[in-house]
Amino acid sequence: MRRRPETRIGRRFAALGDEGRAGLVAFVTAGDPDPETSRRILRGLPAAGADLIELGMPFSDPMADGPAIQASSQRALKAGMTLTGVLSLVRDFRTDDDATPIILMGYYNPIYVYGVDRFLADAKAAGVDGFIVVDLPPEEEADFCLPCLDAGLNFIYLATPTTDEARLPRVVENASGFLYYVSIAGITGTGSATADAVAAAVSRLRARTDLPIGVGFGIKTPDQAAAIARVADAAVVGSALVALAAGDDPVNAVLGRTRDLAAGVRGARR
Amino acid sequence: MEIPNSFRNGPYPDGHFGIHGGRYVAETLMPLILELEKAWKESKTDPAFRAELDGHLKHYVGRPSPLYFARRLTARLGGAKVYFKREDLNHTGAHKVNSCMGQILLARRMGKTRIIAETGAGMHGVATATVCALFDLPCTVYMGCKDIERQSANVYRMKMMGAEVRPVTAGAGTLKDAMNEAIRDWVANVGTTYYLIGTVAGMHPFPAMVRDFQCVIGEETRAQILDLEGRLPDSLVACIGGGSNAMGLFHPFLDDPSVRIYGVEAAGHGIDSGRHAASLTGGRPGVLHGNRTYLLMDDDGQIEEAHSISAGLDYPGVGPEHAWLHELGRVDYVAITDDEALDAFRLCSRLEGIIPALESAHAVAHAIRLAPTLPADHLMVVNLSGRGDKDLDTVAAIDGVSL
Repeated sequence: MRRRPETRIGRRFAALGDEGRAGLVAFVTAGDPDPETSRRILRGLPAAGADLIELGMPFSDPMADGPAIQASSQRALKAGMTLTGVLSLVRDFRTDDDATPIILMGYYNPIYVYGVDRFLADAKAAGVDGFIVVDLPPEEEADFCLPCLDAGLNFIYLATPTTDEARLPRVVENASGFLYYVSIAGITGTGSATADAVAAAVSRLRARTDLPIGVGFGIKTPDQAAAIARVADAAVVGSALVALAAGDDPVNAVLGRTRDLAAGVRGARR
Repeated sequence: MEIPNSFRNGPYPDGHFGIHGGRYVAETLMPLILELEKAWKESKTDPAFRAELDGHLKHYVGRPSPLYFARRLTARLGGAKVYFKREDLNHTGAHKVNSCMGQILLARRMGKTRIIAETGAGMHGVATATVCALFDLPCTVYMGCKDIERQSANVYRMKMMGAEVRPVTAGAGTLKDAMNEAIRDWVANVGTTYYLIGTVAGMHPFPAMVRDFQCVIGEETRAQILDLEGRLPDSLVACIGGGSNAMGLFHPFLDDPSVRIYGVEAAGHGIDSGRHAASLTGGRPGVLHGNRTYLLMDDDGQIEEAHSISAGLDYPGVGPEHAWLHELGRVDYVAITDDEALDAFRLCSRLEGIIPALESAHAVAHAIRLAPTLPADHLMVVNLSGRGDKDLDTVAAIDGVSL
């Protein structure tokens, strides 16, 4: 039986639908470049125009990520970030914002080591809405996706250019929150798909699911974000934001770029 | 834990060995992994595939490799009768080529036009470059920059055979980081590229498939010892990094309860020092590189660097079937330090005229420890998985000799 926990994610997409526009999903790595700066970036994202937040749980071996997110994870780990620290950042964020959805994104091992049940309870209490765990395909759903649904949180599945028609029903079966379309066969922060290819893929996905569709990988500029916003329900930007966390004045740099991207998304005609 | 009727039936159809193994990979790779599993299963029942592989193993690799009675080592140890399975005599100088040959035939069968691999000591990289030259396929090998430094001869060998060696600077620049980079390449080139994994680790079906290709070691050993001694061995000893030479030797004997089996991990500076590569002895279960298995990691689940004098054992994980056999208690996993391996390296060279790879020297070291405690009618087979030519720079540096 299909279960779709209701969280801030569904409410936010419903509100965006009422506004007649797509959303901006901003990805930043928790603890990058250090816990305090990361806290300020996180708290500033909604006002800068992020409609949903993906918060990266740093991992030592981010196999699906390109150089920008690899470096970002390394900075965060070096500055002492842990999974417990990630949840502290979420709790802090929730003292002022009870509406913006927070999705934790990362790899399974730190969660497995923390303990799935304890992690789900702690994440829910902290105010997390859902998860993207890159190395948990539907074949391994018993590990974390199903317990996640039992806990009333969303597990967001990835569909990719290699996900064929035969496989797509399995991918969407226990998906909730939204479906994340990875627009290129590759790692984060590298190539970009053409708008036409994304439009074709999104319509293929819409035939299989009524979940909102977010599109990510390779979206760097406000124009690219706008192009995605015309065909999908959300544009996800990660590498282009985290690359700015390494430079001078990371808070203003990340939030400034978020404002530019949000303007692109909000200005896009559907 | 419930003991299965057979230790040789793993994995379950979903790729798990008990709680270990599995397919913990990004969605982009999942369709290809399913395609690979299908091609592998079809090849297993195809007599033409088997015949082609056997032909290459005989005429190109030089199989069967000898089972050699180590007379002087046995006399020195004064206990068990020690045999060496001479995988060091294979073309390319190690067991790695057994699986490379099988996998390249599979890659051709799948219509792949480009091969990538990761390598630690360089032996798997060399074996991959070799079969790629033989079958005229472009080859890219990812290798940590630290390993490139300590295995320069193998790097040159790979280049000589036309492979591109891409240095990996991420992390500590060793095998784990090379594997991350190979997986990233695969994700980005999934349509054309076959990822030729070197050991019984990674996502299903690699652990079972590489094992099957390496089982030729144990199958030959079984026939050879029956021929030489008229009975099965009493013990088997092999070193474990990812564990492919060990799994190849062990698997055909797993259901023979009279055969004691020892897997030898690298204890580096000692388990208590924290600087080692012994995932089973000093690690705990986690998920990395597509499978659940024993890993070296910190309390937050961040993977730690392994440490071993032997580049081929310098990996913070181990094949999932070994993790399962460890939990079932069918195989005893022990650990040998850098110093013990070096002593074995020297002793084996002097007594037998065989310079073992530093990896294999860990297995020899355990035999040196164990054999004197056993009776003279105890038959022990040690897998001499590779030759030590590649390690002469490392050992010479320790001796203060510049080559």
